Amino acid sequence: MPPAITAEGLVKKYGDVVALDGLDLSVPQGTVFGLLGPNGAGKTTSVRILTTLLKPDSGRATVAGFDVVADAHRLRAHIGASGQYAAVDDHLTGAENLEMVGRLYHLGVKRSRQRARELLERFGLAEAADRPVQGYSGGMRRRLDLAGALVADPPVLFLDEPTTGLDPRARAGLWDVISELVADGTTVLLTTQYLEEADRLAKTIAVVDHGRVIALGSADELKDQVGGDRIELTVTSAADLDVVRRTLAPLSVGEMRVDAVALQLTIPVSDGAASLTKALGHLAAERVAVRDAGLRRPTLDEVFLNLTGHQAGELTTTKEPTR
Amino acid sequence: MNTLQMAIADGMTITRRNVLKIKRAPDLLGGVIILPIVFVLLFAYVFGSMMALPGMSYQEYMIPGIFVQTIVTSAQITGYTLTQDLQKGIFDRFRTLPMSPSAVLTGQTSSDVLMNVSSIVAMALVGLVVGWRIHSGPLQAVLGFLLLLLFSYAFSWVTATVALALRKPEVFNNIATIVSMPLVFLSNAFVDSTRLPGPLQVVAEWNPVSTVVQAARELFGNTNTAMPAPSAWPLQHAVPATLLWSALLLVVFVPLSIRLYKRAVSQ
Repeated sequence: MPPAITAEGLVKKYGDVVALDGLDLSVPQGTVFGLLGPNGAGKTTSVRILTTLLKPDSGRATVAGFDVVADAHRLRAHIGASGQYAAVDDHLTGAENLEMVGRLYHLGVKRSRQRARELLERFGLAEAADRPVQGYSGGMRRRLDLAGALVADPPVLFLDEPTTGLDPRARAGLWDVISELVADGTTVLLTTQYLEEADRLAKTIAVVDHGRVIALGSADELKDQVGGDRIELTVTSAADLDVVRRTLAPLSVGEMRVDAVALQLTIPVSDGAASLTKALGHLAAERVAVRDAGLRRPTLDEVFLNLTGHQAGELTTTKEPTR
Repeated sequence: MNTLQMAIADGMTITRRNVLKIKRAPDLLGGVIILPIVFVLLFAYVFGSMMALPGMSYQEYMIPGIFVQTIVTSAQITGYTLTQDLQKGIFDRFRTLPMSPSAVLTGQTSSDVLMNVSSIVAMALVGLVVGWRIHSGPLQAVLGFLLLLLFSYAFSWVTATVALALRKPEVFNNIATIVSMPLVFLSNAFVDSTRLPGPLQVVAEWNPVSTVVQAARELFGNTNTAMPAPSAWPLQHAVPATLLWSALLLVVFVPLSIRLYKRAVSQ
């Protein structure tokens, strides 16, 4: 099967600001591909190029086999897009919004109406279907926007930060929907700042920074790049932090992180559970009171920090122009 | 579906959307009906009691002017809604759909015509109340209304272009007000342009608003031979000049606004 999405050497500049600096992607059909990066890394620009909203300065890209520049019009019949700004019409009802989208996909009046009802039902908006969107909550708008992207049952779906600004429950709900879609064979390209989201949904993650892909792999592969497990310890008194650091230094295989406010230490270790047992033994001998101790895999946050030298979402690199 | 069928079908879908919007946001329609009604009453009774026109009442003189003023005002609302849509994500949605790229603008301008129909009907009714009458035949009266709608359609494309160039609702509103006020008042809409001082008279007589107002007066029979005859060519041939103006505006601003639309949504 040919990949659903390909990009080769995409470059996009806004004046002097380089938004994309030779971005390459290849997304196999029926998978979720996560584009992960801080604000301004080039995620939204990539999605805008792949959804034909923007022409690249150089490089080429295809979606569902169509060139994003030369075949833009035909390509649009095969994609659905849902963005950061819910693209719904405030004065129209939920049903009217989706019917309009159906008609513009040229599904015909009857099929558009039917499809609108199906999607409203599926997204838990059946009750609000005939109310103007003006009165919808943020989460309802997002769901309606996502429903809009699904009207024509497109094989490739672009979701640009689909859960930004949603409460945890609404976010979990959207994740379930996305998982269902992929189970049915849809290819999804997802951008996110949330490492947890990429971890949970994406089979392959591309870490983007300064307009380029700086790392590529599954969440596990990316975590392996940073090393093995971590012991996470919380002590009860600040005075103990130094004692712990000194005592456990021999076990650490990398840089130990100390959070003096949370009284927490993170120690990268090589042989997991055995290291934890050893560590707790040493601390008991030193009579250090431990409030909490655990062993965990590195988070994507740590992956990101390791790859870019700054934390995801913490630093804005190149600023994308706001509209 | 071929390109033209698609453009028409999509244009109708967008028209339908805009009509629903107008229905749900009556403040939009209120702006183009209530404000002109206030103008009709103020002008008819304040100016009307001051201005003596040879051979006709001021009320009969000013209603064609009110029609054109209404057209200019409601075109401003077109532009304003377009800039608001630009600020939201809805145009992004449209652009990712396999729809005709011109449909957003043809739909917008078509729904404006529908809005203009309702506001012109409202103004005609208020006009009848204050003493305006049609003195020509039914055919000419119908032609008068059609000509007004044609000009309003062409003028919508002008404001659409300006809106797409300016992009920000507040900026658009300021500029549109600054431009539309002199456009309406530096014309023969409410005063007899032949009595304006030299340079103002030239501007007023060549102002397209004057041409359209004059054409409407002729077709509704709101003229009088006792009124001084204007010297400028467009006012002496007001109906063909209005057709020319409308055609010129369409030829220039339809392609220009479609180009600006594509540029505005691809950033």
